[in-house]
Amino acid sequence: MTMNLEVIGITVLWTFLFGYVIIASIDFGAGFFNAFSEFTNKQHILTKIIQRYLSPVWEVTNVFLVFFFVGIIGFFPKTAFYYGTVLLIPVSIAVVLLGIRGSYYAFETYGTKGHKGYAFMYGVAGLFLPAALSIVLTISEGGFVAIVSGQPTLDYWALFTSPLSWSIVALSLTAVLYISAVFLTWYANKAEDVDATNLLRKYALTWAFPMIITAGGIIYQLSSHNPAHYERILGIWWMFAISTLFFLGTVWLIWKRKNYGLAFGLLVGQFAFAFYGYGISHYPYLLYPYLTIYDSFTNEAMAISLIVAFILGLLLLIPSLYLLLRLFLFSKDYVRGKTDHY
Amino acid sequence: MINEDAVFASRVLTELTLSFHIIYATLGVGVPVMIMIAHWVGIKKKDEHYILLARRWTRGFVITVAVGVVTGTAIGLQLSLLWPNFMELAGKVIALPLFMETFAFFFEAIFLGIYLYTWDRFKDQRKHLLLLIPVAIGASFSAVFITMVNAFMNAPQGFDIVNGELVNVNPLVAMFNPAMPTKVAHVVATAYMTSAFVLAAIGAFRLLRGSQHMYHKKALYLMMKIGFVFSIATLLIGDLSGKYLAAYQPEKLAAAEWHFETEDYAPLILLGWLDEEDNVKYAIEIPYALSMLAHAWPSAEVIGLDQFPKDEIPPLYIHYLFNIMVGIGMLMIVVSFMYWIGVRRHWRFIHTRAFRWLIVAGGPLSIIAIETGWWLAEVGRQPWILRGIMKTAEAATTSDHVDIMIYLFSGLYLILGIGSVVVLSRMFRNNPIERELEERKGAVHL
Repeated sequence: MTMNLEVIGITVLWTFLFGYVIIASIDFGAGFFNAFSEFTNKQHILTKIIQRYLSPVWEVTNVFLVFFFVGIIGFFPKTAFYYGTVLLIPVSIAVVLLGIRGSYYAFETYGTKGHKGYAFMYGVAGLFLPAALSIVLTISEGGFVAIVSGQPTLDYWALFTSPLSWSIVALSLTAVLYISAVFLTWYANKAEDVDATNLLRKYALTWAFPMIITAGGIIYQLSSHNPAHYERILGIWWMFAISTLFFLGTVWLIWKRKNYGLAFGLLVGQFAFAFYGYGISHYPYLLYPYLTIYDSFTNEAMAISLIVAFILGLLLLIPSLYLLLRLFLFSKDYVRGKTDHY
Repeated sequence: MINEDAVFASRVLTELTLSFHIIYATLGVGVPVMIMIAHWVGIKKKDEHYILLARRWTRGFVITVAVGVVTGTAIGLQLSLLWPNFMELAGKVIALPLFMETFAFFFEAIFLGIYLYTWDRFKDQRKHLLLLIPVAIGASFSAVFITMVNAFMNAPQGFDIVNGELVNVNPLVAMFNPAMPTKVAHVVATAYMTSAFVLAAIGAFRLLRGSQHMYHKKALYLMMKIGFVFSIATLLIGDLSGKYLAAYQPEKLAAAEWHFETEDYAPLILLGWLDEEDNVKYAIEIPYALSMLAHAWPSAEVIGLDQFPKDEIPPLYIHYLFNIMVGIGMLMIVVSFMYWIGVRRHWRFIHTRAFRWLIVAGGPLSIIAIETGWWLAEVGRQPWILRGIMKTAEAATTSDHVDIMIYLFSGLYLILGIGSVVVLSRMFRNNPIERELEERKGAVHL
């Protein structure tokens, strides 16, 4: 794999997708824990923490997703034809779920408080979303899309009866809950909220092993579903080994109630190695076996201008994001709820 | 292979999404500028009322921006889901401004979050106002970049087609296409204009509902002035748009003006009705006005619909859309001008209930003008999605089930629409300005 424009393009996009996976998982999981705690009367413990962290950043979270799908059309316009045609239903459902979640933030936190049904829908939407979005990864493995008279069509029956798709759905759910619980444990600890920390630590430990087992399960499924991909995964086994070590590190720290910040850092490392390992082994295919990053790539002029725009944009965004994080995530006063509301 | 049902359903769903999104998008572009102006006036005049105006508008703005984000994400994905063939082609040439729009919005979202939650963190109000500038810039530039894409659909350039392959792509030439200057200016100016008149309508409504507070009067006067300035700007840009159309999309101009035969000394047709044989009935004809609009010269020749094949002419009903848009624009110029002069000259009638109701009506009317303007722009480009290159029918998805998605999204927009109206009205009804001022005074005395 040499560094050419195609690889630079997909690396940029994959990085944004990784960013989305982490921060959206925190967001989705928090919504679920929030709804769950409303129904188990532990609401007072969680709601405040969740609202103080999630409200200022949810729009930023959403932009990561928009960035990914706008970027992939820019760098690899043929994906619009293949994925656009077959994803009509799953992605439309995902958009509606995103709509429910976005409007919840606006209507409930900025507006007036407390509609139980809405909180429930918001929480459940957070679980259906990763499931709906993860279908894209399943489809990319091939075997579900056929070209019928020049048009790609999705075989829903094959998709819904495939063990691979259900394994990926299971991983997306367990990963969302695990990532979110680990992050919120750290955040609650920073906020010096002992009850919330204990509760979230329990959630983190609960979801750790289901997550790692479903992740392993997918690699096993791939050995029969897409042997070529499986071979390439074995070729970079060390990335997944490092990922597993990081996982054990996180669990150990959480178990021992030590350094939650480092625990979350290791978690990001764990997912980074697994996510990039998956991406590298998927190379060069965007959709097995029809679409690679090479035959779908845009022209050189567009690619270069997109990369230039991307670099200029980052120069603008990184200081801004730093400011946002400093004010809300890393500001002790804000986290502990001491500063004024709007 | 064209799936006729999917084409029709895709058009319906896109129209539904855009018609809903554009309300929130327009306010999303214009309102931060109004907040900035109010905040600035407040600091300049050391007037608490204007600062509170900025603060309260921001709370409302957050709700509309949230719906804008959600529906914007929807249309962003629907472009690929419903028009995959178009996006595959367009992605090669016009992806750059789409990509930049994401950055502009990113920038806006970050600073909106900061501005919103930091009202009392700064001793110096000017520092807080600084945080709003990136919000306003990000919002306006989102509009600029997205409108560049739409302009490209009207006047595609920046590439060659050789043997069915796109070659010699130049993304910057595609961005700066001939439709771009007038279209971008028109969209941005009307967003400011509409936002000002919507906010003015809210102030007028509170006054009609019995509040006599100076706060509302200040809001109303400020917004009518700004609305007037931008409606005049819109008028001037509209004239330039006519010249652009005459040069680059004469079929759109001709269809909107019911200009059937190519002729010089062309009259402008206002209002009127088309009978079954496409004869214009009950219209007002202004001599030479179309020649003036198209070429700034009364004897200039204006190309008519006779120059185009029948299947490349947009539907003639766009004339009605055009009339509604222009009519509302003109009405708002008159209303805001009379109010402005009236306040300076102490005219009594601008404070009458009837006139205030007219201002209240101006809010929704401005939104209707935005809607009809976009329908005119989009329907007027038909049958093309990319003028002269790709027809709408060739661009659509072939997948079935688009019709079910219409129901799905209608449900979502219904919830969002009702939700935003309920939350906004509850937010301000539960915390009227009188109470908020009282509470703040109390806080100062403590």
